[in-house]
Amino acid sequence: MLDADFFRRWMFATTVAVDHEAARLTELDSAIGDADHGSNLQRGFAAVSQILEQESPDTPGGVLTLAGRQLISKVGGASGPLYGTLLRRTGKALGDAAEVSEADLAAALRAGVDAVAALGGAAPGDKTMLDALVPAVDALDGGDLAAARTAAEHGAEATTPLQARRGRASYLGPRSIGHQDPGATSAALLIGALAETAEGSAA
Amino acid sequence: MRMLINVAETVVADALRGMASAHPDLVVDVENRVILRRDAPVAGQVALVSGGGSGHEPLHGGFVGPGMLSAACPGEVFTSPVPDQMVRAAAAVDSGAGVLFIVKNYTGDVLNFDMAAELAEDEGIQIAKVLVNDDVAVTDSLYTAGRRGTGATLFVEKIAGAAAEEGQPLERVEAVARQVNERSRSFGVALSACSTPAKGSPTFDLPSGELELGIGIHGEPGRERRPMMTSGEIADFAVNAVLEDLNPSSPVLALVNGMGATPLLELYGFNAEVQRVLGERGVSVARTLVGNYVTSLDMAGASVTLCEMDEELLRLWDAPVSTAGLRWGR
Repeated sequence: MLDADFFRRWMFATTVAVDHEAARLTELDSAIGDADHGSNLQRGFAAVSQILEQESPDTPGGVLTLAGRQLISKVGGASGPLYGTLLRRTGKALGDAAEVSEADLAAALRAGVDAVAALGGAAPGDKTMLDALVPAVDALDGGDLAAARTAAEHGAEATTPLQARRGRASYLGPRSIGHQDPGATSAALLIGALAETAEGSAA
Repeated sequence: MRMLINVAETVVADALRGMASAHPDLVVDVENRVILRRDAPVAGQVALVSGGGSGHEPLHGGFVGPGMLSAACPGEVFTSPVPDQMVRAAAAVDSGAGVLFIVKNYTGDVLNFDMAAELAEDEGIQIAKVLVNDDVAVTDSLYTAGRRGTGATLFVEKIAGAAAEEGQPLERVEAVARQVNERSRSFGVALSACSTPAKGSPTFDLPSGELELGIGIHGEPGRERRPMMTSGEIADFAVNAVLEDLNPSSPVLALVNGMGATPLLELYGFNAEVQRVLGERGVSVARTLVGNYVTSLDMAGASVTLCEMDEELLRLWDAPVSTAGLRWGR
């Protein structure tokens, strides 16, 4: 079972991963966007870690809702509302339980991903974060976090040959082909941090 | 990289502090990143709030003042502001007559303004929204995010601002704003990429001797790259692209807008070519504005925006305005 502390450590692990990969995310974003994805997420998750050190919600749902609200308040752009909604809606779906199972997390994350799809009006194949998140959630249904990480990474890599149909990259039309999507790449970092947190807990 | 900055992280805050000292008739809240006209809220007047990423100066903060915006919310460079800023701005300028949000069609701006509208309405503020989407370089279809909002933002903010200044009610100000957007089309070209402070180098690689056609205002590449053209050839291409989509039967308002790094010498020369093409196409021009208004940091290049006018819109365009970036008639 996963408790609030697990979810806090997931958010801290995401902060570290985003920090580490910020330059790469910005580089990917400069090819087809406006070169700010890395610095925006870095600022947002730094704020998430900071507020989770100040306030300690005692439920998994509480941790994710607070993290999501913080992203919406600090990031801006498209990634603030989209990642904020993902975490907030996942948190709300987890409810007030003090501990949740991997299956509960899978179901809640699916609710979060559905909310992101509704908000951004995107579907898998549009070259967005959903191309990493949807396969990850499908894999997570079996309860296997490592499989979710692999699925997310493959999903992110598979965005390279796609033509963007949502967000700023869509303005490039066919010229967006041949570049990995920065949003799918950062989504794979979030899922990777989740798997890493679970491995750390098991050890 | 050669930029007149301290560090990338403080670029926006530093600019806001400098803006505050240069323009005492503005209230600049550096901490919360909101720029307000000093006399807001103005009793009985609809308030106009706009905002978007920084890096497009004078848009939007430079258009705050009597006759135009009531408040602006600058985000990080090329990143939309957050809902907290917009709600704070709306609460500060609302006189009870309601607030019009002017939103450029970019996913981030749309999402954040939507969230802000919900939160502001929860606080009892009446909100209307207008989406600016004038860029003909991007096809409007079900399968894309739709046209970008670029130069027409200036027209919407000025003309709707004049309607609000006259005391027109919210639904009327909103209708005027929508009408201006519907009658406006833009097309932009880049002669160089821009460099964002966060990245420190050009956002895309444009070899000398080439230009990008159909660019937006965020340093993203355009739709097509060609060998360098003359000012006259670019004017033919840009104006024809706009007129393919807009068939004006009355005189137009024309904006020849610099992207930030193109001097007025070139912009005025380009305007001469734009006016020539319009004349050849039988389009008469009611008013022309030339300068750097909706910019993209240090990008070189220009955009052309046309708006089909009528007497009422022309009267509102000519009405007095007093802002840092646009000022006439008072």
